[in-house]
Amino acid sequence: MKSRGFLPALPALILLFVFFLFPVVRMLGFSVEGGTFDWYAKALGEELYLRVFWNTFEIALLVTFFCLLLGYPLGFLMATTTPFWATAGFIFVLLPLWTSVLVRTYAWMVLLGRNGVFNRTLIESGIIADPIPLLHNFTGVLIGMVHVLLPYMVLPIYSAVRKVDPAIPAAAAGLGASSFAIFRRIYLPLTLNGIFAGSVLVFVLSLGFFITPALLGGGRVMMIAVLIEQQVREALNWPFAAALSAVLLVFTFAVYALAQRLTRTETAR
Amino acid sequence: MAKRFGDVVALDHVSLQVAQGELLTILGPSGSGKTTLLKVVAGFETPDGGTVKVGGIEITALPPARRDIGMVFQNYALFPHLSVAANVAFPLEMRNVGRSEIDTRVAQALAMVELKGYEARLPRQLSGGQQQRVALARAIVFNPRLLLLDEPFGALDRKLRETMQLEVRRLQRRLGLTTVFITHDQEEALVLSDRIAVMNKGTIQQVATTTEIYERPANDFVADFVGESNIFHGTMSAPGTVTFDGGRTLQVRSEKPAGAKVGVLMRPERFAPSGANVFTGEVVESVYLGTSFKLRLACEGGLELLVRQPARGPMPAAGARVTVGIDPESIHVF
Repeated sequence: MKSRGFLPALPALILLFVFFLFPVVRMLGFSVEGGTFDWYAKALGEELYLRVFWNTFEIALLVTFFCLLLGYPLGFLMATTTPFWATAGFIFVLLPLWTSVLVRTYAWMVLLGRNGVFNRTLIESGIIADPIPLLHNFTGVLIGMVHVLLPYMVLPIYSAVRKVDPAIPAAAAGLGASSFAIFRRIYLPLTLNGIFAGSVLVFVLSLGFFITPALLGGGRVMMIAVLIEQQVREALNWPFAAALSAVLLVFTFAVYALAQRLTRTETAR
Repeated sequence: MAKRFGDVVALDHVSLQVAQGELLTILGPSGSGKTTLLKVVAGFETPDGGTVKVGGIEITALPPARRDIGMVFQNYALFPHLSVAANVAFPLEMRNVGRSEIDTRVAQALAMVELKGYEARLPRQLSGGQQQRVALARAIVFNPRLLLLDEPFGALDRKLRETMQLEVRRLQRRLGLTTVFITHDQEEALVLSDRIAVMNKGTIQQVATTTEIYERPANDFVADFVGESNIFHGTMSAPGTVTFDGGRTLQVRSEKPAGAKVGVLMRPERFAPSGANVFTGEVVESVYLGTSFKLRLACEGGLELLVRQPARGPMPAAGARVTVGIDPESIHVF
């Protein structure tokens, strides 16, 4: 009776169908309204919009890179330190995760502005004369997104490091490996799946990110989600927004499918 | 050597020497401090006091990586993502040995543990005994100054364990490896060791050859922990005579002065049908062990004896009266 397990899941499936699948299909319908693919041609043909896609891709890549750079040491430390510090680490990682993205983004606006905390401190201490532009540009978006998405990198890495039997690095040390060699030859290959999971998660989430780039970019950093919102709210161009959304959706799925495939060959080895 | 964790004294002024080429076993129950001692030697724990020397050179302050000590861990700690050959090559690579020399030495080490043909396998594709051999090959391939074995046979079934014990013993002898072996299994200790150090509660109870440990244990703990035993306490009432509290006397060989409080050890297998000291008692429990009968006798004066008899003829049933004897030479007084 394989189908028995299906019944309890029914309410959730109905909910997903009505509030997710149906709207998505409806939206896809918008994009080909009048039986034409013109809006897709526009989204994928005009240099302006291709640049937005490229921009989005670039930001997602950079965010993933910086999250990895910051997240690996943090996740590693949390997995190998004493329970007290591990708990402290968890609080610092999870507390922001439980806070609204909106709140965190506004907080960054306060910190990064021309007269924000960073610039004022630097100017008052005489390190710089003029404020560094940190808000409404690429840098600001990057800082904000890395902060918001960092937990998604830290947690998979933490759990991957936790899975490594402590006797294994100890054995490596006993056999003559330096700390660096232990990291490169033992921890890195054994936590590769955690790195991979975290990276895919952060990258995919970055692709569709809206609030942070909208607020910290101030309309000057175009990411695909920001463009879609603009098309809907300002240009009232629903079909074009729908076409852009469809492209983003397909691209995200493609990244995800590729990642799945790579992990499968990884575990099959 | 001393080591404490908080209020717990793990090692209490322990001092131990291992001779070149010797296999010394540290035997003790869990919590006796034997693993702590091993970790201090390997460099994973820092002692609160004392020094560790190998070949006359002090290594107390050296990190594990620079101690040149081969170690086989309890669960082997093989690198799960590396092939058998890469596991064994690891310590050589860390020492910047040339590629061609690595290949030869890895092949030699794998041949020594009879794992030729398994080079490309991953640890998880091997049986427990094979993993054990890889761990051993990895620990000896770089000619360490000292080999440490931390309960390496614990996870193996009995038959395989016995095979591996003999194999390790042969290999250790052939290579002349100075080896410290840790176990809580006294049988294993007797099979493998040149000498045994019995530990309990952070102190060394006795260090001696295997026969010495078994025949002439230094105290109650050693006598009880190693092998089956009948231990009684009494007083030397005259030269060569021990009197128990119940008034019963026993003829022994001992230089202890009259009036000394002594312990008496009689191994169950040393009892014969007759002897200088005779015990008669009722069988409380009898167990058939294939080669022998194991009898628990309730003797006069409240004495309870564990006796092993060769399995010949019918086994005495519970309630039967049995007489056994033991000569003074077979009784150890401490």
